[in-house]
Amino acid sequence: MEQVIQQVVNGVSLGSIYALIALGYTMVYGIIKLINFAHGDIYMIGAYVGFALTTFFNFGFFPALIVSMLVTSILGIIIEKVAYKPLRNSTRIAALITAISVSMFLQYGLMYFVTPQTRTYPEVLPNVQLKLFGTNAVIDLKNIYILIVTLVLMVVLQYVIHRTKVGKAMRAVALDGDASQLMGIDINKTISYTFAIGSALAGAAGVLVGVYYNTINPLMGSVPGLKAFIAAVIGGIGIIPGAVFGGFFLGIVETGVSALGGSLYKDAVAFVILILVLLIKPNGLFGSNQKEKV
Amino acid sequence: MKIGTKKNMLTFGLVLAIYLVVQLLLNMGILDSYIEINMVIIGINIILAVSLNLITGFTGQFSLGHAAFMSIGAYTSGILTAKLGQPFIVGVIAAALTASMAGVIIGIPTLRLKGDYLAIATLGFGEIVRIIGLNNDYIGGAIGLNDIPQYTNWTWLYFSVVLTIFIISNFIKSYHGRACIAIREDEIAAEAMGVNTAYYKTLAFVIGAFFAGIAGALHANYFYFIKPDSFGFMKSIDILVIVVFGGLGSITGSVVGAVALSILSTLLQGIPELRMVIYAVVLFLIMVYRPQGLMGDRELKLFKKVGVVNGNASSK
Repeated sequence: MEQVIQQVVNGVSLGSIYALIALGYTMVYGIIKLINFAHGDIYMIGAYVGFALTTFFNFGFFPALIVSMLVTSILGIIIEKVAYKPLRNSTRIAALITAISVSMFLQYGLMYFVTPQTRTYPEVLPNVQLKLFGTNAVIDLKNIYILIVTLVLMVVLQYVIHRTKVGKAMRAVALDGDASQLMGIDINKTISYTFAIGSALAGAAGVLVGVYYNTINPLMGSVPGLKAFIAAVIGGIGIIPGAVFGGFFLGIVETGVSALGGSLYKDAVAFVILILVLLIKPNGLFGSNQKEKV
Repeated sequence: MKIGTKKNMLTFGLVLAIYLVVQLLLNMGILDSYIEINMVIIGINIILAVSLNLITGFTGQFSLGHAAFMSIGAYTSGILTAKLGQPFIVGVIAAALTASMAGVIIGIPTLRLKGDYLAIATLGFGEIVRIIGLNNDYIGGAIGLNDIPQYTNWTWLYFSVVLTIFIISNFIKSYHGRACIAIREDEIAAEAMGVNTAYYKTLAFVIGAFFAGIAGALHANYFYFIKPDSFGFMKSIDILVIVVFGGLGSITGSVVGAVALSILSTLLQGIPELRMVIYAVVLFLIMVYRPQGLMGDRELKLFKKVGVVNGNASSK
């Protein structure tokens, strides 16, 4: 029982990270139909910005989190303007390769400046551990911080998307770009906002990972990036609650598999789930089936 | 089509002449081992690119898992030659066959998926193959498979490349190849015209995987040593980049792309820290300024008309 509770706690923390990254993936895919492979590297940059702020400028946890989110959201806008905008009308495959090239550029460009060595985050949160329900299962203060930050960001995101004009514009562009342009929505601005919000969430995830797992390196973004994409696909890409569900689901399944002794296979499990979901319900668990039109 | 036309004889003669000249230069030591390594890399990349072009360029099935087929071929040949002491010919044929069986397995999901979803599913397939390789102790796990005998030489390499190009370019021109192109252009229309889309999509994956398996065998038996991480996601991307750089749907383009990008990669080895950054920038510039690739979907004709060597092929 203790084991189960402990693994659920760990799984929820990991799942929060996946969910935050998956949200950016799903928003960007919903609006410009591009698998933004660079998204995992924006998360990595967020972790590095947080590291620099807490280590060299002695920022606390929350200031570092907010500044990292700002920096990554600006980075997201720049990436979109420089790299993806010229290719908006080109083929899928060209856009995908561009995304991969941006990803490589961020990884190896940063590696050139910070060297490939692994960095260790300073202790920015007090190391408090609580026992749960009188058992020996331990919940760390960090777990609680991660969950709370994730939930707050998700509530804010829901508010932005459903209650503000920008969010309305995003939903309209995702539904039909041309028609929304005819209705007077500035597509370029809306896409920039989408990238800014998605990248800010990834940046937040980066700082949370740095604080939780303590170590970061320039190539840390690629695997969680793929996992978050899987999470987005599980929930149905373009659907925001789906991404959140997919993130938590994947996080809990992965920690569960590790706990059962299959830690070497935990990455493979994620991909097996992906292929099964794609085969059984290609539009994701939350997606509706679309009829193919000629 | 007659086999003994003047054009075919000329092509055959030229193919043989190139082989003999290079073999002679290798024997005389004018082409040293450094150049030979690069020739092997280029040759393997040509096979991989041409076979992926059949899947992605001609049949329009977006695959990000081509390195997995190569990996299956490499390990099959590696196990057969290093552990079981079989001759290379057995290794190559077994590599091609096991890889094409994997092609059937990955071909089946394509019956339901398309576009980005298919790309992600094939990516997942590639990662699963890699992770299984990492955790299998018989084939060395993460450390890799060592002491594979070096059987790959210029003869094997050259004739594998020629065979790949010959078979795939003739396949494209056949009835079956046109069915594949029809699927790329419009799957629903192709189906309405009586093309068995399920069969041809799987067939494209099987043929593509077959040659990727051969490339894997050549790789394993040249470099002595293979490990699962050499055939990861990045390797699949490298192959895809060659195909797109050369031009989707152009065999000549794949050959030119493989040669150009292999040389670029070799040149950049002089500056290891910035190598990947420059590679990324070059890739980005190609996608922005020439998204259709060097050749588009055109082919370079070696002999435009009977006997007119090279004609004005370059300006075509």
